[in-house]
Amino acid sequence: MSPDRRRFLGWGAAAAAGAALAPAFRLIELAQARSPEEAASALQRWGLLIDITKCADCDVCVTACHEENGVTGHGRPETDAQWIRQVRLRDKRTGYAQTLPLMCQHCEHPPCVDVCPTGASFRRADGIVLVDKHTCIGCRYCVMACPYGARSFIHEAVSGQKADVPRGKGMVESCTLCVHRVDRGETPACVEACNRDGGKAMVFGDLNDPSAEIYRRLRSEPSTQVRADLALNTGVRYQGL
Amino acid sequence: MLRIATGIMAAVLAAAGFADSGERRAGRVAMPVVKIEQGEACVAATEEMRRDHMKMLLHQRDRTMRQGLRETRFSLKNCVECHASRETGSVLGKDGFCSSCHAYASVRMDCFECHTPLRQGRTAGAPR
Repeated sequence: MSPDRRRFLGWGAAAAAGAALAPAFRLIELAQARSPEEAASALQRWGLLIDITKCADCDVCVTACHEENGVTGHGRPETDAQWIRQVRLRDKRTGYAQTLPLMCQHCEHPPCVDVCPTGASFRRADGIVLVDKHTCIGCRYCVMACPYGARSFIHEAVSGQKADVPRGKGMVESCTLCVHRVDRGETPACVEACNRDGGKAMVFGDLNDPSAEIYRRLRSEPSTQVRADLALNTGVRYQGL
Repeated sequence: MLRIATGIMAAVLAAAGFADSGERRAGRVAMPVVKIEQGEACVAATEEMRRDHMKMLLHQRDRTMRQGLRETRFSLKNCVECHASRETGSVLGKDGFCSSCHAYASVRMDCFECHTPLRQGRTAGAPR
């Protein structure tokens, strides 16, 4: 065995020993805020955990969402866009009532993406389900396919859009998980508002990051997916439902 | 024969280059008035910007939308920040940076059906 080869094997053994110890440490730190030059990565999967038992009967999250994203209505609830809405549940027998915020569930297997004829509806590498309005033709198949009723069609001309959230007539839209904020390393507007003015019921984070609060809580506490029977593996989970 | 063909080709190319020179056209046809609000240099040379800005925007559009890459260099938001009018805060309108040239060339742009044409920074937004 030549000295070079021996030295090389020595390094290999050292590396193997390091790898065996590694589970306690993270070799590659998962970045929270990506730089603008870094693409969304499949190493992350963004998600929400909403504790219904803490969900106060307020609409702070809805207001904050629509404010952040410039979603304005025309006073016509039948056709106005809704990115997030308050759903009231009541047990008919006991009268027990709950409210929960419902928005795009950012499924791993999203039906809206399956049915889209142009590829406008897509799932980004980090799990955020979006509509590419540049290629959306407004056919509304996704509106019909979504089991959560999360998507809205824009019926009327829009003005006063936010710079980060383009919106226009003839396109379908839904919750983007505030992708523009997430890309800056912030949390979605609903989560921020809920933790500031609401019942502190919402947690946002990376479902793949063992150091994230959402990861630990999903691992140690019971949680449910809405319509878990559809096996869509939603990114939004609920507690106390 | 080959020499003649090459000669003709060179003549045609020279004529095309001549006809294409902006100065010659400017003499005969009224050029659009483009009000450049800020800075001496854009993200690329003026000639390149005039010819290819739509390609840059299209390329950046897909990178941002699909991959989440938010580089500012070719972003529409960045264009508007620099080029919006000081008075109206918009790139549209009669003397707007985008609309003045697009009206002249009779090319419709769809960008501002959805994107805001207003600068987000200093100027308070006037309604479009």
